[in-house]
Amino acid sequence: MMIKTTINNMDRRGFLRRVGIGTAAVGVAALPGCSPKTEVSADEYSADTSDIPTDKMTFRRNPSTGDNVSLLGYGCMRWPTVKGEDGRDGEEIDQEMVNRLVDTAIAHGVNYFDTSPAYCRGRSEHATGIALSRHPRDKYFIATKMSNFAPSTWSRQASIDMYNNSLKELQTDHIDYMLLHAIGMGRGMDEFNARYIDNGILDFLLAEREAGRIRNLGFSYHGDIKVFDHLLANHDKYKWDFVQIQLNYLDWHHAKEINSGNTNAEYLYGELEKRGILAVIMEPLLGGRLSKVHDHVVARLKQAEPERSVASWAFRYAGTHPGVLTVLSGMTYMEHLTDNLRSFCPLKPLTGDEMQFLYDTADLMMQFPTIPCNDCKYCMPCPYGLDIPGIMLHYNKCVNEGNVPESAQAENYQKARRAFLVGYDRSVPKLRQANHCIGCNQCSKHCPQSINIPAELARIDRFVEQLKQGTL
Amino acid sequence: MLRKIRIGLAAAVWVAITLLFLDFTGIAHAWFGWLAKIQFLPAVLALHAGIVVALVALTLLFGRVYCSVICPLGIMQDGIAWFGKKSRRNRYGYSPAKNWLRYGVFVLFIVALVAGIGSVAALLAPYSSYGRIAQNLLGPVWAWGNNILAYLAERAGSYAFYEVDVWVRAWTTFAVAAVTFVILAVLAYRNGRTYCNTICPVGTLLGALSRFSLFRPVIDTTKCNGCGLCARNCKSACIDSKNHTVDMSRCVVCMDCVEKCHKNAISYTWRRRRAVAPSSENTAGADGGRRRFLGATVAVASASALHAADKTVDGGLAAITEKQKPERRTRIAPPGAVSLRHMAQHCTACQLCVAACPNGVLRPSGDMMTLMQPEASYERGYCRPECTRCSEVCPAGAIHPIDIADKSSIQIGHAVWVKTNCVPLTDGVECGNCARHCPAGAIQMVPSDQSDPHSVKIPVVNHERCIGCGACENLCPARPFSAIYVEGHEVHKYV
Repeated sequence: MMIKTTINNMDRRGFLRRVGIGTAAVGVAALPGCSPKTEVSADEYSADTSDIPTDKMTFRRNPSTGDNVSLLGYGCMRWPTVKGEDGRDGEEIDQEMVNRLVDTAIAHGVNYFDTSPAYCRGRSEHATGIALSRHPRDKYFIATKMSNFAPSTWSRQASIDMYNNSLKELQTDHIDYMLLHAIGMGRGMDEFNARYIDNGILDFLLAEREAGRIRNLGFSYHGDIKVFDHLLANHDKYKWDFVQIQLNYLDWHHAKEINSGNTNAEYLYGELEKRGILAVIMEPLLGGRLSKVHDHVVARLKQAEPERSVASWAFRYAGTHPGVLTVLSGMTYMEHLTDNLRSFCPLKPLTGDEMQFLYDTADLMMQFPTIPCNDCKYCMPCPYGLDIPGIMLHYNKCVNEGNVPESAQAENYQKARRAFLVGYDRSVPKLRQANHCIGCNQCSKHCPQSINIPAELARIDRFVEQLKQGTL
Repeated sequence: MLRKIRIGLAAAVWVAITLLFLDFTGIAHAWFGWLAKIQFLPAVLALHAGIVVALVALTLLFGRVYCSVICPLGIMQDGIAWFGKKSRRNRYGYSPAKNWLRYGVFVLFIVALVAGIGSVAALLAPYSSYGRIAQNLLGPVWAWGNNILAYLAERAGSYAFYEVDVWVRAWTTFAVAAVTFVILAVLAYRNGRTYCNTICPVGTLLGALSRFSLFRPVIDTTKCNGCGLCARNCKSACIDSKNHTVDMSRCVVCMDCVEKCHKNAISYTWRRRRAVAPSSENTAGADGGRRRFLGATVAVASASALHAADKTVDGGLAAITEKQKPERRTRIAPPGAVSLRHMAQHCTACQLCVAACPNGVLRPSGDMMTLMQPEASYERGYCRPECTRCSEVCPAGAIHPIDIADKSSIQIGHAVWVKTNCVPLTDGVECGNCARHCPAGAIQMVPSDQSDPHSVKIPVVNHERCIGCGACENLCPARPFSAIYVEGHEVHKYV
């Protein structure tokens, strides 16, 4: 009996594999106007079951220093944590896991690691430094930032201290890629001047590049487009080696539509391309929002490429742009890393039709009223104890799962109401929920996506009240 | 057969009543809510004449059936006594009634009720005692069991179970419940129904009636061989086998003797001759009135909030200081309670409302005069506009049934602003969380500086519209003491 069952299972698995491959071909063929290559899998793409090749990583060359940078870069903003006592956020970084992730990444050719003094409650650089220092220094490139957001760090000395501390934490004597962090945030040009010009820090960093302790200098941009334009207008003066921008198939056309304070990636990338500046891509997956999508979107993407993950579309999209140096991904779990390695070892660029298919998908996504939160936690900690990203992620999850009913007459109202409310208490402790937001608005200026956080929380809270009181 | 019917009924009633105190979803009440309403003392306090008359008639007809199949405390003692009997067979024996104690306690009870000292009445009443035991001792076990299921459900992606808070509402009441349970358990294990025939005022009253009951266990002297087996198995110690009499004031018609007698000499049948009440006295059993209370002192641990901290890094969660109960000059009774006096006069302190409150608002009072009667406080939640649960479950008429429209218009207290705690003034930020969440629209935000319309806004309370629900107090960001809190009203009114 046992033997028989096993054989049956094997048969079924074998059968499924054949069917799977069949659907893959059909799925790609079903793309409107697409001219698919039928000889998929084997040489170009390794399906979930096979080992990932260690020598197939796609690299891009940085002309200013001649670096060969892996197209997949490691974002160190989302390191795994060991769960602490109070809720969802871990207290300590899981160093053992970080080491394993870094080892696996380097073994497969990843050589760009992007961190910041602000990430992971200020602990990212330290953990990244420990993991990287176990490898030869010439095997990887370190990117870190001048994260002098707090007014208390705007003085020249405080900023230089931050820079020196980065060198110490990362256990190195030079930074390969140094960035002015998130220019355009807060009060736009005024804040930029306060952070980098008035205190002479930009001059300091330029001098450090001259001295070779910074090999490439660039900036990352969010928010006020005036600052971005200003820095590019002065490219001749500053000679930016690279610029980090947010680029993905949703933000290509829709960033401004999602939030009028933001700028479409099409413009940002176009400006860089015009000047021949390489782009480092952040938020290619929008913190998971391009993989945690509505079921309709999952079906659409999976139908086209049944053996690839939903996330892989976003990474291949970012990597397909030729002016991209590397695509950053904050891979918290080994599964994230392996899935991304499959997308980049090697990269199979998207065709023009496939790009258009993604733009159509983005149009479809715009119909779902999710909040554009990428769980970057820049807004945290909220001084009044709220778990801002936790609340928004729960709301988005319910939107994507169809558990945000429009009225009490909705067909699945009872079920959706329970799922929303019970799930809310599970995801966010009661004292950290939206009804505790006092609207002080200290958070919004930290949000790279320019979300009006108090307004969104008040909206969610009103919805919760309507569910609880049965007045929807 | 009669015994088996009694046990079956009793078990069903006990489970159903216990569920009333454990179930936090409200489902049990839809089905078994009536079982709390037919309890004797609640029915008397609620002035449910029909129920009282029916229970009196039941007792006059069949004896103290009430004590065996309706009273949850009696059934619980039978359960414990059953274990006692398993450990030692034929462990009981006849003892004369302790009438001085019974009637003494009964008089004390009546005096306490009339005088409005609810705490004494609540200590003695059987249903209240059971409610406290179920809510305080069984409740946490039930909730933990639920939380395990919720944990599993969460992992299975099911929303069938959700986690609930397990917390002790008041340590005094918890201690009373625990002590009551221990004393009752020891008494019941050793001697069966000692409490019911010495302390319980309901038992004493029904006992006085059941002397005259129509049906009763009768010993047929022609069949009886005087073996005394019935007496040694009578948990009420009321069978004088030598004189072939059953003290009907103490008999709870459990039918154990009827079944036990080898000679079929005992039958439950029409009354034939008057039983002679023995009058000798003996001292046995513990004095249930001898209970002491220790005021639980709450340790004050206040971690300083992260208010003014300069944000230099990303992520993490700010520490949240637990809210502390403000000093209220007048306590808050839930809507439907009419007035504090009405509550004190009718409440049996059974904890049914406390167990039913889904918002963590109701908890037993620690005040000596109103000990264990419910009062509201808003550290854990507030009296939500859509909830009328406590008014639905109250069996004693202490909280009258209200509907959702009443809920938002009954004024049970009013909000008081505490300037020194108010976050706009202490932290210099905009807030208005109290005004935003006030279901009565009683709070407005006005500039703190009269001459400067752009100064930070502070709340002002319209006492005419405020209903005292505590949304403002609960959701106020100031910790551990809120910057706005509710003072109770002696008499509730519609606004």
